[in-house]
Amino acid sequence: MSEGVRSAVLSALILVLFLAAWQIATQGTGATQQMDPEYAKLMGVTATQGKSAMPGPLDIGAKLMEHLRSPFYDKGPNDKGIGLQILYSLARVAGGYLLAVIVAIPLGFLIGMSPLVSRALDPFIQVLKPISPLAWMPLALYTIKDSGKSAIFVIFICSVWPMLINTAFGVASVRKEWINVARTLEVGPFRRAITVILPAAAPTIVTGMRISIGIAWLVIVAAEMLVGGTGIGYFVWNEWNNLSISNVIIAILMIGLVGMMLDQLLARAGRAATYPE
Amino acid sequence: MSERFISFESIARRYPAKDGMTTVFEDLWLSVERGEFVCIIGHSGCGKTTVLNILAGLDAPDDGVVIVDGQAIEGPSLDRAVVFQGHALLPWRTVLGNVAYAVSSRWPKWSRTQIADHARKFIALVGLAGAEAKKPSELSGGMKQRVGIARALSIEPKILLMDEPFSALDALTRGTLQDEVRRICVETGQTAFMITHDVDEAIFLADKIVLMTNGPGAMIAEIVKNPLPRDRKRLDLHKHPFFYPVRNHLIDFLVERSRTFRDNVPAGFDRRHPPIVDPTAPEIPETGAVRLVKINA
Repeated sequence: MSEGVRSAVLSALILVLFLAAWQIATQGTGATQQMDPEYAKLMGVTATQGKSAMPGPLDIGAKLMEHLRSPFYDKGPNDKGIGLQILYSLARVAGGYLLAVIVAIPLGFLIGMSPLVSRALDPFIQVLKPISPLAWMPLALYTIKDSGKSAIFVIFICSVWPMLINTAFGVASVRKEWINVARTLEVGPFRRAITVILPAAAPTIVTGMRISIGIAWLVIVAAEMLVGGTGIGYFVWNEWNNLSISNVIIAILMIGLVGMMLDQLLARAGRAATYPE
Repeated sequence: MSERFISFESIARRYPAKDGMTTVFEDLWLSVERGEFVCIIGHSGCGKTTVLNILAGLDAPDDGVVIVDGQAIEGPSLDRAVVFQGHALLPWRTVLGNVAYAVSSRWPKWSRTQIADHARKFIALVGLAGAEAKKPSELSGGMKQRVGIARALSIEPKILLMDEPFSALDALTRGTLQDEVRRICVETGQTAFMITHDVDEAIFLADKIVLMTNGPGAMIAEIVKNPLPRDRKRLDLHKHPFFYPVRNHLIDFLVERSRTFRDNVPAGFDRRHPPIVDPTAPEIPETGAVRLVKINA
């Protein structure tokens, strides 16, 4: 058996064991003995059957099928399909992320190409970078006066730093001899940036973009819990208020899957941008 | 005095050091004629790469000027193509892409097919026809350097500058590439300026070998006129009666005089006109540069 097949088998085994343990842990222990029937009625299944309020994998499976049957329904503000909620979140992430690309890559070029600008901006970047993006939320809400746009701003501010820092680093560390090739060919600064510096720094830039998309997807859930209305983050919080643990678990699963897909997308872009030397 | 196609006029280059400035070289004079192949030899740190970079326009002298074809140079130019020591190919471009990049920089108005055809011609010239679609990472070290040479030649420069272009290659590959470069330069009358520390390479390729003393404060001790016939062959070069006198002279310089020259500069030595030496001539030129061939014997 090849390594790939063996690891797949092992993965499947781990999954099955996990699901089985989960199922057993949440299963009822059967009727509790010696309880006053009146008292038992008051207590409900958790006490009488030993059944946990935590749903088991079979409950989740059933609920998941329900969601997948109509993922995009919209029955008013508090009852939307999970697919629709994810699309809301993705739209916000895309908005904030694209804004960050538009700002971070040209600015990163500038920082990478000019040691002066680099040194001048460094203290600002060092201070702004470690700020939790959610700390900006009140300021964003106050100035932008729109919760949806504020969420986009929060995504922007959290995705801008890795891209900015990686672009600057990638641009600054382009091999001197490649720059010299362009110089001896009298290639102008703009064409040099496009034909030499950009492709040379592309792998580093895309790595920064990959880190950013990961952070953006982490932050959107928290941001939407705060701003409310729509999105997968809001969905999680709303279902918690509904005490629907099944829906919370399904949302967690979906967040993980979508996050993985976003990461894979950027990983593929990264492979396209790298060049063997 | 014959035509000065390239003329270094009293150039100096200094770097800031711990205690003031370190002078790599100063008051350096050198001229090269059109169609000439000049090699500079000297030990590491004597500033020969700096001289080449100044000629390329990648570095600027602190004093003095370099005049090429009647014009003082100000920065890099398509008239002076550089073959870099580490080939410096753009790894994300193919062989054709790398050469075409240079061609399109030289003739921006050319059509795509015109550029590709011109690039192909020079790829074939260095013997790489058929490898156009390959990426540099798929080529051997020698093939990469061939692409570097094709790229430099493709812009049809007035001067070809080479910074130890073959130093990273194995002996066999180096030999064939030396043959190619000599053939191309002789056929096209290409003016070439090359840095090397391989004495045999200098003797095979150069018309004039410039000897630089050790740095800091390096100077051109003398210029050796290569007495070997123009139609020389690399493989039986060492059988030529002039080969060993020249070789011994160069090696003696590198071993001994490159170090001691500064402290006993011969009387009447003029930096502006370093002595032109023919090691095979019975008499030493008027400046009286000391020949150490005898000491070796």
